[in-house]
Amino acid sequence: MTEPSATRPSTPAHPSADHPPLLEVRGLSVRFRMPGGRHVAAVSDAGFTLEAGQCLALVGESGCGKSVLASALLGLLPANAQTAGTARTAGTELLTADEAVLARTVRGRLVGLVPQSPAAHLTPVRTVGAQLAETARALTGLRGEAAARHAAGAAERAAYPADHLDRYPHELSGGLAQRAATALALVGDAPLLLADEPTTGLDRDLVEHTADELRRQVDRGRALLLITHDLAAAQRTADRVAVMYAGRIVEIAEADRFFGDPGPRHPYARGLLNALPERSFTPIPGLPPELGDLPAGCAFAPRCSKSDGRCASQRPVFAGGTACHHPEGAAP
Amino acid sequence: MIELDGITAGYDRRTPVVRGASLSLAPGEAVGLLGPSGCGKSTLARVVALLHRPEAGRLAVDGEPVCAWRHRAPRRLRTAIGVVFQQPRLAADPRLRLVDLIAEPLRATGRREGAARRAAELAETVGLTGELLRRRPHEVSDGQLQRACLARALVLRPRLLVCDEMTAMLDASTTAALVAAVESYRAASGAGLLAVGHDRVLLGRWCDRTAEWEDVATG
Repeated sequence: MTEPSATRPSTPAHPSADHPPLLEVRGLSVRFRMPGGRHVAAVSDAGFTLEAGQCLALVGESGCGKSVLASALLGLLPANAQTAGTARTAGTELLTADEAVLARTVRGRLVGLVPQSPAAHLTPVRTVGAQLAETARALTGLRGEAAARHAAGAAERAAYPADHLDRYPHELSGGLAQRAATALALVGDAPLLLADEPTTGLDRDLVEHTADELRRQVDRGRALLLITHDLAAAQRTADRVAVMYAGRIVEIAEADRFFGDPGPRHPYARGLLNALPERSFTPIPGLPPELGDLPAGCAFAPRCSKSDGRCASQRPVFAGGTACHHPEGAAP
Repeated sequence: MIELDGITAGYDRRTPVVRGASLSLAPGEAVGLLGPSGCGKSTLARVVALLHRPEAGRLAVDGEPVCAWRHRAPRRLRTAIGVVFQQPRLAADPRLRLVDLIAEPLRATGRREGAARRAAELAETVGLTGELLRRRPHEVSDGQLQRACLARALVLRPRLLVCDEMTAMLDASTTAALVAAVESYRAASGAGLLAVGHDRVLLGRWCDRTAEWEDVATG
């Protein structure tokens, strides 16, 4: 296991007041055992908190460990995964919970999942209304007419049109399929929503629409962990942004500071923003490292213009909102 | 030079997806075609890439009218046009190592000689190196696989590159890297580009000009 040692502090968790945060993740590590005794460190020592009525966007390139983190929170990791650390929501420890607890109290009830590709998530041979009612029966124990009413309520909150409840998934446009999937996540009234790349492959109008709908759920008091590589969607929805690189969270910042002035502090986060076509459109040189063969020091050092001997040998600790030996600007 | 005139195409004769589409690309020009999801822009891209036979209309490549599509198209036309699709996972043979994926068009057109060397050279220009080239698609990320798919599209040195939502699945840095690779190939070869997508900011920055779907097609 990648043991987060006492001398290497995790991301500081700072619940704003006396009430505990809705989701508190500390020192979360996931690694996969591979054939031949190799290990792949998909997530290392991740830590963050999330309050009700807040959205945290977790951004990073594909293969950086974002989705593995989401799977860990829902207990959906494959059998060869080993986890360490804690992830607590509403008094339940998610990482060590057994399948019965996850199935009966966590999935759908405490944590609602808005999936990556709604078209693939929905059962193709059943109508949206039937799938919503089934979910309502399973999660709330309601039967018959009451379950159907509960399902229709969830559809309404997700802005899914009531006259489309008898449609099959293939009869829906991309945007409506996305709303149907969101409605399914809302049926159990879970206080925490987890959206895994909800905007991938959608066009700009639909991205904005989906982002706004997720934001509406947040404004109604839900907490949202938005996992995405789409910086525009993150900017539209999030209160805070966490940047992940090679399995580690390298920066957590307020969204205003991150996308506006003074901008991110970590060179990788700055590079990611500068790669946008509305900014300088220059890629970060090189490729991310293999998660099975991470360097001893900072994982970004080989691609970083600021790196020196210290970066190559010594992993930076997370402090002042970033994990970097040469951060830009002052800590907020 | 590419000319599309009154192209009607689709998957059901009664309800064509593309109606009366007209567009022309000057030699070496980069044109971005913008439209919302489901408007038919990908179908039009497939017509240009000789992968989908239109029901009506005219397509000419360098002044020569095209009268056969898919396997019926003459090889010299097929090899003049390279294509990159939106989803690299669906566009890559899962059995092939990346180096063989990139070299496949050379082998398929009887140019085995030096195919692996040419593939490795090209791989470097799209940012893939060493050990990655010996992996199969399931062992690499979407971004890395799309880099290989771009190299495969360039391996026959096409005069026109068709990119259908090439970067829709990718993060900002990989997007910028792939666009830079396309542009350096175009600068060296003078090839034209038809980039299809919905990201106005991206295509506006990337292409010489952009065309709106409603100005290109009638329905």
